[in-house]
Amino acid sequence: MGKSVAGFDWLTILIYLLLVGFGWANIYSASLAESHTSFFEFNQIYSKQGLWIILSFLLIIILLSIEAKFYQRFSSVIYAISLLSLAGLFVFGSTIAGQTAWYQIGPISIQPAEFAKAATALAVAKYLSGIQTNIKDFKHQLRVFLIIALPMILVLLQPDAGSAMVYFSFAFALYREGLHFAYLLLGFFAATLFVATLAFGPAWVIGGVILIAILVYLKNLKRRPNLFKYLFFAAVAIGFSLSVNYVFENVFKQHHRDRFNIVLGKEVDSRGIGYNTNQSEIAIGSGGLFGKGWTEGTQTKGHFVPEQHTDYIFSTVGEEWGFLGSTFILVLFVMLMLRLLYLAERQRSTFTRVYGYGVIGIIFMHFLVNIGMVIGIFPTVGIPLPFLSYGGSGLWAFTILLFIFIKLDSDRMSF
Amino acid sequence: MRKLLLYIIIFTTGLIFLARLFYLQIIDDSLAVRSQDNAIEVVYDYPQRGYISDRNGKLMVSNQPSYDVMAIPRNLKPFDTTEFCKILSIEPEELGRRLDKAKIYSPILPSVIIPQLTKAEYAYLQEKMRKYEGFYIQKRSLRDYQVDHSANVLGYIAQVNQKKVNEDPYYISGDLIGRSGVEKVYEELLRGEKGVKYIQKDRFNRDIGPYKDGIYDTLPTKGKDISITIDAELQAYGEKLMKNKRGGIVAIEPESGEILSLVTAPTYDPALLVGRKRSPNYTRLYYDSIAQPLYDRGLLAEYPPGSPFKTLTGLIALQEGVIDTDDRFSCNNGYHYGARRPLGCHSHPSPLNLVPGIAHSCNSYFAQVYRKTIEKYPTPQEGMDTWNKHLQSFGLGQFMGNDLSTGRPGKIPDADYYNRIYNYPTYKWYSTATISNAIGQGEILMTPIQLANMTATIANRGWYYTPHILKKVDGDPIKEEKFTVKNKTTIDREHFDPVVEGMHEVYKSGTARSLQIPGIEIAGKTGTAENFTKIDGKRTQLTDHSIFVAFAPVDNPKIAIAVFVENGYWGSRYAGRIASLIVEKYIKKEITRTDMEDWILNHSLEEEYAKPLSGEPFIINR
Repeated sequence: MGKSVAGFDWLTILIYLLLVGFGWANIYSASLAESHTSFFEFNQIYSKQGLWIILSFLLIIILLSIEAKFYQRFSSVIYAISLLSLAGLFVFGSTIAGQTAWYQIGPISIQPAEFAKAATALAVAKYLSGIQTNIKDFKHQLRVFLIIALPMILVLLQPDAGSAMVYFSFAFALYREGLHFAYLLLGFFAATLFVATLAFGPAWVIGGVILIAILVYLKNLKRRPNLFKYLFFAAVAIGFSLSVNYVFENVFKQHHRDRFNIVLGKEVDSRGIGYNTNQSEIAIGSGGLFGKGWTEGTQTKGHFVPEQHTDYIFSTVGEEWGFLGSTFILVLFVMLMLRLLYLAERQRSTFTRVYGYGVIGIIFMHFLVNIGMVIGIFPTVGIPLPFLSYGGSGLWAFTILLFIFIKLDSDRMSF
Repeated sequence: MRKLLLYIIIFTTGLIFLARLFYLQIIDDSLAVRSQDNAIEVVYDYPQRGYISDRNGKLMVSNQPSYDVMAIPRNLKPFDTTEFCKILSIEPEELGRRLDKAKIYSPILPSVIIPQLTKAEYAYLQEKMRKYEGFYIQKRSLRDYQVDHSANVLGYIAQVNQKKVNEDPYYISGDLIGRSGVEKVYEELLRGEKGVKYIQKDRFNRDIGPYKDGIYDTLPTKGKDISITIDAELQAYGEKLMKNKRGGIVAIEPESGEILSLVTAPTYDPALLVGRKRSPNYTRLYYDSIAQPLYDRGLLAEYPPGSPFKTLTGLIALQEGVIDTDDRFSCNNGYHYGARRPLGCHSHPSPLNLVPGIAHSCNSYFAQVYRKTIEKYPTPQEGMDTWNKHLQSFGLGQFMGNDLSTGRPGKIPDADYYNRIYNYPTYKWYSTATISNAIGQGEILMTPIQLANMTATIANRGWYYTPHILKKVDGDPIKEEKFTVKNKTTIDREHFDPVVEGMHEVYKSGTARSLQIPGIEIAGKTGTAENFTKIDGKRTQLTDHSIFVAFAPVDNPKIAIAVFVENGYWGSRYAGRIASLIVEKYIKKEITRTDMEDWILNHSLEEEYAKPLSGEPFIINR
């Protein structure tokens, strides 16, 4: 054991502990005024989270004790179990707030979607590290897309659009391993069309696409451009826009549509749909430079921000710890991701590197979407802030995700 | 490049987030304000306003509870307007207008919708109140007047205006504040400190306990009870005597500078400005531009003082050494100087020295004495400034620094003033140009309180305390230096004796012979002041003002008084009688000359006041 203890990346573990500890302090504050009972009562949100944290330390010991090879060897099995658990939800799962996302076992509810991210990261790493796998080969590309798409679709069906979105983050790992940049561009272009369709309607987008196609065609006229190529791309873009519109109007539920409309500025009613974001901004803005102090946040105490101990935990940080505290959290996250990038790049093993990129992508996606939402620059998409948000499944899933990588990294010399 | 992409994206994201947080938390202040708005409710607890008693401990003003219907526009829910309007007897349209106005003022701060409910309305509404979300009843303390006089002295309280709310953070919209009189000047003593509670609200606007366990909460502090120097009985009597007349009475206790009485006429019942009828009543008083009941003539009216001013002319001449008490000056039915028409006088023995000069109010005597005073100096400018300096020491031509809510400085001219109007040095001017000053006409203006203070100063033989109206605060006599340090005049003590003797002689043998009070030695001086108005742009003379000053007893003065009755013809006719009655009332506590009292009570000057407004030719001084 002695040798591997030294091999663990202590900086990552320190950041992890800081985030989890700081997260608990804020959960304590955000859930404090719910009732005024004694400090360590188990049914209190903060004491439950305290228990999850303690248990996650146990989990860490287990994760770090397991042979590193185990994760690589059994990744397919883990992935398969994960898919089964997701599929099983439609039979055995319980539905909370319209989402069939939980297994209810006694007093504990488990959210398999959280764990599926780590499993998928293992599976993608396993596939890409295969000797025969060539990411530039279209057939292999399709296979890896399928590995990512299966859990994603199962999660989307719950329906949990937020968690499903996180799977796009594997694009970073694939790109790192050689996937053509065009895929990223294509993705970016699709996202732009997507947002533009929702914001301005398909008619404008179609008009815009045709106009741009004509302009580019005329500009390149001297080079005898292939007219059919232009028509093809324009048709695909228009078709995409129309299908997005169709999905938005017919597949999305009203609350999904509302969430997008808020961020696109179509809804400004602060007492209605935009209430969450508005209250979150008020709470953060009222924190000022130094914040109001731990458990002194008036917005937090008044529970003005809904879901403040889960998805909106960062608004408590903003209110009670001010600009300095929120900057501290931002810095911790950026440091964590950069450190992981450094660790991933120093691997000799493709498996560990791809897995590491998967971890970074997932953490980054949560960081981007969650904080972006809380500070009002992203749509309201309900995904937790890693390590800080309340929730046993989330905390454990991120702990597993991170510490498998720490274990793999500590074992990098043996590959 | 493949390795760099994620680095760049992570960094960029971090920076964008940082910038957004910087904007939200450091630059944009509106969010912090909104946080206070919705998370913390501020509830005020209004203290009892301090009571006001007179100098003898008679309660003049106490409190009565009052209930205002308040609304916070944001919290309003649809309600049964018909029933609400019926309970409060208000038109639905009017209610709508007031709610709109409240919304414009602030959607989150309370506004008064219906002020000062009756007890019956309050009792009935209180049971129904929970049906009207967003409305609540704010208890306040309103004034309850125990007397029906002294409105000008006590002043009134009213809702604070927006300007004051902006200037002074103590006040919020709907608060009551002293707007005039003692209520205004001693607002901070009387109001106390309102208590404040900060209540933490949750997102459903429910109370979830005190903010920070109440460390910022305060209890209301009751306002201080004060005693004022007014003698309520004397004040009531003065107002009674002044019925149907216009003018002012100011009585001062010379040995203390305490204002015993401050009457203005016409006046009004202070109770008119309390309760739901306050607004129409106030409007009626405010727009009465002819009688001007809200205009405190005792403090604001600047009149030419007339003959009482001659006492000062004499004092200054004695101090400057230009005359001796025995120096006689002749009077040939007036004083003839230069080319202009003579300064007229009435018939009396001639020549006269100082004491009979005052007793008979000889214009000629004082014109010559004044001229000698000014001409003592090489230039009239120096003479005039010396004269002005002496008068300043009597508190004339200036705000006296008293504790009254309003006042005027009057006018005592100096050399600069005449240089300006005569365009010096292009044209020169001499003492004769200002000769009317000698007899209190010309450019001199004084308010009744200045006249009364002048009298008190003569009664004290050369000094005065700044007149004031506050006597005790919570039972403790005031110690303010301003009111407890003597102001000394520039006239030496010994020069007052002949002047006082002259004033005494006014009663014994002079112009106020008929006004003697049995058993009281009284010194006084009549005054009759010409005055003019403009009718259709034409300067028209009106019946003279009746002026009188007096103090008594002569050797141990307890009261100094100035009475001014507009268009009362001559000094002893109205003002003299009133002064005499008040002095008797104050010193003897009873009126022995009931025929004189009846005469005053039964004589009205309303006819005289109607003359210039009648649009017809009229005869004055009849």
